[in-house]
Amino acid sequence: MTENTTTPTRFALPSRILHWLMAPMVIAQLFIGITMVAALSYYPLLLAIHRPLGILILIFAVIRLVNRLTHKLPPFLATMSRTERCIASWSEYLLYALLLVQPLVGWAMLSAARFPIAMGGPFHLPGIAPHNLDLYGVLRECHTVFAYLLFLAFTAHVLAVLFHTLVLRDRLLDRMAVWPIKAATPQQDETQI
Amino acid sequence: MEPDESGEAKPTLTRRGALVGIGAVGAIAAVDVGGFAYAGGWLRPDALTPSRFADRFEYVAGRHDGFRRNHAKGLSATGTFVSTGAAAAICRAAVFQPGRVPLIGRFSLGGGLPDQPDKPDTVRGLGLLLDANGQQWRTAMINIPVFTDSTPQGFYERLLASKPLPDTGKADPQKLAAFLASHPETAAAMKIIRQSPPSAGFADSTFRGLNAFYFTNSAGASVPVRWSAVPVDAPAAAAVPSGPGKDYLFEDLIRAVAQRPLNWRLVITVGEPGDPTNDATKPWPESRRTVEAGTITISAVQTEEAGNARDINFDPLVLPDGITASDDPLPAARSAVYARSFTRRATEPKSPSEVNVGRVLK
Repeated sequence: MTENTTTPTRFALPSRILHWLMAPMVIAQLFIGITMVAALSYYPLLLAIHRPLGILILIFAVIRLVNRLTHKLPPFLATMSRTERCIASWSEYLLYALLLVQPLVGWAMLSAARFPIAMGGPFHLPGIAPHNLDLYGVLRECHTVFAYLLFLAFTAHVLAVLFHTLVLRDRLLDRMAVWPIKAATPQQDETQI
Repeated sequence: MEPDESGEAKPTLTRRGALVGIGAVGAIAAVDVGGFAYAGGWLRPDALTPSRFADRFEYVAGRHDGFRRNHAKGLSATGTFVSTGAAAAICRAAVFQPGRVPLIGRFSLGGGLPDQPDKPDTVRGLGLLLDANGQQWRTAMINIPVFTDSTPQGFYERLLASKPLPDTGKADPQKLAAFLASHPETAAAMKIIRQSPPSAGFADSTFRGLNAFYFTNSAGASVPVRWSAVPVDAPAAAAVPSGPGKDYLFEDLIRAVAQRPLNWRLVITVGEPGDPTNDATKPWPESRRTVEAGTITISAVQTEEAGNARDINFDPLVLPDGITASDDPLPAARSAVYARSFTRRATEPKSPSEVNVGRVLK
């Protein structure tokens, strides 16, 4: 691949690696969560995965936030309107916020219910909220609302990228690729730089 | 916005290509949203989910904001568990090391009515939370010798079949008979339950965990177990009959604890190969080895209120390292349904408990 300008055409490599490590975790977590609350026999098994996976996502979300703040973003493509860029930016902030807050709400909610924060075997995390049933109730409802928001934001994100990639064919996905891409770089909007 | 195109690599859009692309995006959207809805149970109206289980409790007993969907009437308790150390040979859980751990308990009556009148044959429950340095062990035990159902589905159907009729206050005999005919395990269990009539009160009740679990020791060896709490020189509750008051079982218990702490031996029954671990309706042979794990002492009881046992979900799968679930399908379903009940009541307005310690002891 030839880079003839100093402007990055893709996200920085750590950003791309973090993105694709986290994506399957978040998708799995969303589906485990929604399956779990409707499950009887698999509930304990799914819950036993859900807790440590949530903590793992929290750790990755913090690393990603630091990475996001220390790396420059590639410019938007010319195929995105000003409104679309605005939506893309704000939905990115929303995803970051939810990926950080949702695990914390889950952790706090179990703490408020006095449940052990079991990570597997004898290993437990400390509680981060006082034992309080009403607080549990509020946090539990937040956990549901944030889960739906996260699912909607995730779905919108995936569908928007796929719309660009498969319908507009502007190779938007190449910016996040950790796989080899064709030499011609996606069309950037240089007015934005 | 003016796209400043340099002329190279302009995407070639064709009608056909765009339609294929839109089709692909639509298909992915359908799988994503459809999969989520399916997993969440919305596309499976017949699936037995925790919500539908909780709904059935509400259908049978009515909805009572802030109370448990089952075992709604109760009394909070505190005390200790003093371990003999005898169970440490079969279980590495810290709670079985010689020593003393604090406990929170809850005495209750089965059913979803928080103000039901106490009756001798209503199922009595004792929930415990033992906390050995953060390694919690929660168990919810009842005073019958075997459980009435072997599967969650059976339990769910029995709830409906035994719903009291408004005029008689008893289940529709035809519905109950039809249920028992299709659930011989429940019919057999009820026969065993009838053979051991309930004791006079809470203080002299034997509470049993009924479901089988596995104990694993420090060498990694596992054995199937069931456990029970057996009363130790219980006060003669019947000697001072308090009359057929609405809350007489709880009032007797409150007065007994005011006199002196109440004790139960925690007895572990060790199963042998062939003993059913997946069916709580079947008793294990009387000859099975038992281990005297220690003494449960209830030293105080409290009116249910914020911060005490009212706010604890006695989820039978909150287990310390060293205790694991067996292939019994009930604890998993109990865990899931208790969580739903807990969440519902946590978000509802709360009202005072029917059982009030201050009113009894004044």
